This record gives sequence, C-alpha cells and structure tokens, in this order.
Amino acid sequence: MQISIASGKGGTGKTTLALLLAAAHSNITVVDCDVEEPNCHLFLQPEYDEPEQEISTTIPHINLSLCNGCGDCSAVCLFNAIAVGGKTALLFDELCHSCGGCLLACKQQAISEQKKAIGTLSIGKSARHPGIRLVSGKLKIGTPSAVPLIKKMKQELAKHTGDLLLDCPPGTSCSMVAAVKGSDYCVLVTEPTPFGRHDLELAMNITRLLQIPTGVVINKSDGGEGDKNIEAFCRNRQIPLLAKIPHSLSFAKQYAAGIISDKFKETAHMILQKIKAKERH
Amino acid sequence: MKELVIVSGKGGTGKTSISAALAFIALHKILVDCDVDAANLHLISGAVLNESHEFTAGFEPHIDKSRCTACGKCTDLCRFGAITNGVLTSPFNCEGCGVCSFNCPAQAIQMQNKKAGQWFISDTRLGRLVHAELGLSVENSGKLVNKVRQEAKKIAAAEQISLIITDGPPGIGCPAIAALSGADLALAVVEPSITGIHDLTRLVDLVSHFNLPLTVCINKSNLHPENTRNLIAWCQQNAIAVAGQLPYSDIFRHAVQDGKTVMEMPSNEDVKQPLIELWINLLNRLAIIDQSKKETK
Ligand code: SF4
Ligand code: SF4
Ligand code: SF4
Ligand code: SF4
Repeated sequence: MQISIASGKGGTGKTTLALLLAAAHSNITVVDCDVEEPNCHLFLQPEYDEPEQEISTTIPHINLSLCNGCGDCSAVCLFNAIAVGGKTALLFDELCHSCGGCLLACKQQAISEQKKAIGTLSIGKSARHPGIRLVSGKLKIGTPSAVPLIKKMKQELAKHTGDLLLDCPPGTSCSMVAAVKGSDYCVLVTEPTPFGRHDLELAMNITRLLQIPTGVVINKSDGGEGDKNIEAFCRNRQIPLLAKIPHSLSFAKQYAAGIISDKFKETAHMILQKIKAKERH
Repeated sequence: MKELVIVSGKGGTGKTSISAALAFIALHKILVDCDVDAANLHLISGAVLNESHEFTAGFEPHIDKSRCTACGKCTDLCRFGAITNGVLTSPFNCEGCGVCSFNCPAQAIQMQNKKAGQWFISDTRLGRLVHAELGLSVENSGKLVNKVRQEAKKIAAAEQISLIITDGPPGIGCPAIAALSGADLALAVVEPSITGIHDLTRLVDLVSHFNLPLTVCINKSNLHPENTRNLIAWCQQNAIAVAGQLPYSDIFRHAVQDGKTVMEMPSNEDVKQPLIELWINLLNRLAIIDQSKKETK
C-alpha cells in the first residue's frame, strides 16, 4: 500500500507525521519525495546500502559538424531551449524538458541525446528505528524542476514490496502532484489557522482530481476556533478527519533536536488503522 | 527602488508572519506575495481585491477528434505517457511539449495557450499587495512569480514608492529562484532545528548563485539554544550577518487566527522589540547596499 503525506504548504508537520506513522508501523519504507529539502534522513539516521545513485535525464546533444543552422529544432521547441544563431544551434539545458521534439525535427540527424544529472537517490535502513527503510532523493542545486527526479524515484519504488509512506513536497505544484499521484491514500496535514484551511482546500482539489481517497490530520491542534473551522470544512467536503495532534512545545523541542518522540504513538496507530480500514472497502 | 525578499529554505518557519510584521512597521512600501502556490499574505492583511488578471503560460494540446485516425503515433512519441490515440488520457502528465501535435500525420492536434492562473492587486491595511494564484498542478510558477514582481515594480515606480517587501516562496526551486534574481537583499527566516540548519545551507548555496546579499533572522531562537548557537557560529564562519532573533511565541499562531500581524496583537512585547530591531538592521543593510550601488554607478 502506498500512502502519501501531503499538505498545501510547508511547515504544517508533514515530515513529522510521516515519521510518526513510520515509527508506529513495523516494516515500512519511507520515501522522502521532498527532494528540494529532504529531511527524513536527519531523523532516521540511515545506514545506506550502497553509495548514492546518480539520477539523470536526457538532454539533446548537437553535433555541430552536422548542423546546418536550418532552425527546425528551435521552431519545434516550445520551451525555448534551443536557439539558432550564426548557422549553429545552441542548447539552454536548464529550459529543456527532455521531450525529444528537436531530435525528431532535425533532418540532418545532428541531434542525439546525452545524460544530464539531476539528483541522487540513496537507499538505506534506519539505524535508530530498525523497522524503517528510507529512500531519499536529493535534487541537484540549480535543477529547475523536481518532477523528473520524483518520477524516476517512483519508478525505482515500483521494485519495492511492502508498504510505502511518501513524504511529499509541500504545496500543490507539479512536484507535489508527481509525488502524490498513484497513491492508494493521501493524508493531508493541516494547521488550525486560516492559512491552514486555505492551503488544505487547494491540496484537496488536487487529490480529488487525481481521485485518491483522502483524509485530514490537524496538527498543532489547540481545540479552539481554528480547529472548529477545519472540522466544519471537512464535514462540508465529506472528507474524514483522521486525527488531531495537539500542539505540544515539548514535542517541538524534541523535533528540533532530531528526535521522533513517542508522545503521539497511539494517535499514529489509530491513523494507520483508519487508513487500512478504508483500503479494504 | 529596493526590493527585500523574505525567504526560508522551507515552509513553516514563520516567513509570512514576519513579512507581514515588517510590512506593518515599514512606512512606504508595496507588498508582493510570491508564494503563488499557496498565497497567504492576503489573509492577514485584510486584502480587498482591486484588480484580477488572467495569467497564461505554456501550451496544451487540443485534439480535433474528427480528424484523428487513431494511428497511435502520438502515443508512441509522447515521452510523458499523457496521450493515447488522440485522447489526452493523463492531462496531469502532459508537459505541453507539442511533440504529439507536430508529428500527428492527420494534423489533428493544435497547441493552444494554457490558462495557468490569475494575479491580483489588492488594497490592504499594510499597503498595496500584488499576489497570485497558480492553477492546479501548473508548473509555470517561476513565470508567475516574475509577473507579480514586475507588476509591483510598475506600481512602485508610478507612485514613487522606494521599497518593495516580497514574501518569497519556500524552498529552493524555480519559484524561489524567480523571486530572488535581481532583488537587493534576501532575509532568510530560519529555525534552530537540525532541519533548519540543513535547509539554510542549501538556501545559501542558491543565493550565492545570484551574488545577492543575505541576512538571517532566527525564529523561535529559544526553542533549542544549542542549535541557535550553532546557527550563529555557522553564519559567522560563512560571513552571513544575523539581523535578528525572535523568541518562540504563541502570539504568532494567535495573530494568524485573528487575521492580524503580530505587531497589532495585544501583549506582544516579547516579539515586538526584536522585530523593530530586526527592521532597523535591515534598513541599515539596505542603506549600505544603496550607497554601494550609487558608488559603482
Ligand atoms: S528535448 Fe524538447 S525541450 Fe529539450 S531542447 Fe529538444 S525540443 Fe526543446
Ligand atoms: S534542426 Fe538540426 S540542422 Fe537544423 S538547426 Fe537544429 S540541429 Fe541544426
Ligand atoms: S497521431 Fe494524430 S491521428 Fe494519430 S492517433 Fe494521435 S491524434 Fe490521432
Ligand atoms: S504535448 Fe507533449 S506531453 Fe502533452 S500529450 Fe503531447 S506529446 Fe505528450
């Protein structure tokens, strides 16, 4: 089963919840899809199986001795990644989406493809929590989009057996969608504030479009007005509220120190049970 | 005109709350919310919508079913698995590359401009605000960030406002890159957690790409005094100024719940003074930057 943990926004406690659930579940693989800022490894302290695996995509390689400067490649590239000037074509690889359009367009067969590194993948077993494995991706600085890396990671995951818990990128952008897509269940973490409600709504629209069963967890709950607003919102949208995790300074302090506290273990168990029950339906 | 961009390696560090508080203190300014994925500044500034504009970016295929012969060429050529025999089966996967369109033997596919979101100008208690909302699962967030920054600059120039305060997007991806390029000063809001330090190092890597001066504000500095000391030491080693420190305070949460900035909350003494000090430090930094700009001219 593939469970993704997402939130309309960063800082709501997505990673916290993913780690809480992982610790409550014996035998699970945590997948850190937040490849811009992977953090799970800081808590899990994994021992990696092998050195970091380099992940790459393909970009065009232009053979200048074959190119006659006709400009066909540049005409088909909708991302403006190729310019033709002074009888040769020039690639701006940061704009390239690796679609292969230019390759098809070039009549001189001057274009071939080459690899370009976009990030790394590390796989290991947590030293601190023996039942947890970690698959962690890290985007190379300066790589404009995380999507190709996330897609490659998910191809790797297809080889894994057992339950997967995906810590997704924040927001509702293309990288969040790439991570959440294909999950059996999505848990949206939110905070009991107007920010939280607003961002939750955006995230819910995505899981609805993707047709993924979704539940909500209110983090940093204080039982106040904010909680009630989110509860009412979930009722209106007919989305189950899986749990509330109380606001706790001691928990935040342990988190700051890189420790997953046992404090909300029961809650984590309950969330997992609710998700599994939903799955059997 | 100068532009201060408030960033954080990651969301949830208090960036928006601090941006709003600084906007409350600053006198003459335009506000920009560059978090086009999940804009929030309008929620605490009492925004009243003034203008709304459509934003288009990129392309999407439009398929003329009557022309399609179901030859399957588009299926074979699409590298993103978005199309099957002339039917856009996974629109979420479509990159808008046009390979299907350019290579369809029946010319059944046209590429058209894609609606990618909206941008707005609002009046708020804190000043004029330019903000935006990106369409669902649209990837051109960098372009939309550029758009709101440009519009803010236009207004600032027309109204002779010398300061733009930008609430930047979290992270270090394309929207963060778009928000930082060409700005005058970046303020990174950082938490004293092990993840906070880790995220800051990645942010510093990014900012140094742009030769942009960076200064740091440590939020919730008393949450973990040892990490705070480590952060300060790390900043010193890397010649990064720490412009301010704010203690952990529930007032941040309450302010968001009340739709206010922390500066407008009662009994906010523990954060008010540090925020004013932070602002003074930032003003000094901006003045120095202004001076050196004039000298190089
Ligand atoms: S592969 Fe696609 S995006 Fe890249 S340069 Fe060629 S046409 Fe442009
Ligand atoms: S299409 Fe081929 S020959 Fe023409 S400019 Fe591009 S690379 Fe050169
Ligand atoms: S390539 Fe054109 S004609 Fe062939 S299946 Fe696709 S849309 Fe239809
Ligand atoms: S535009 Fe590109 S990604 Fe979209 S369906 Fe056509 S070939 Fe596939």
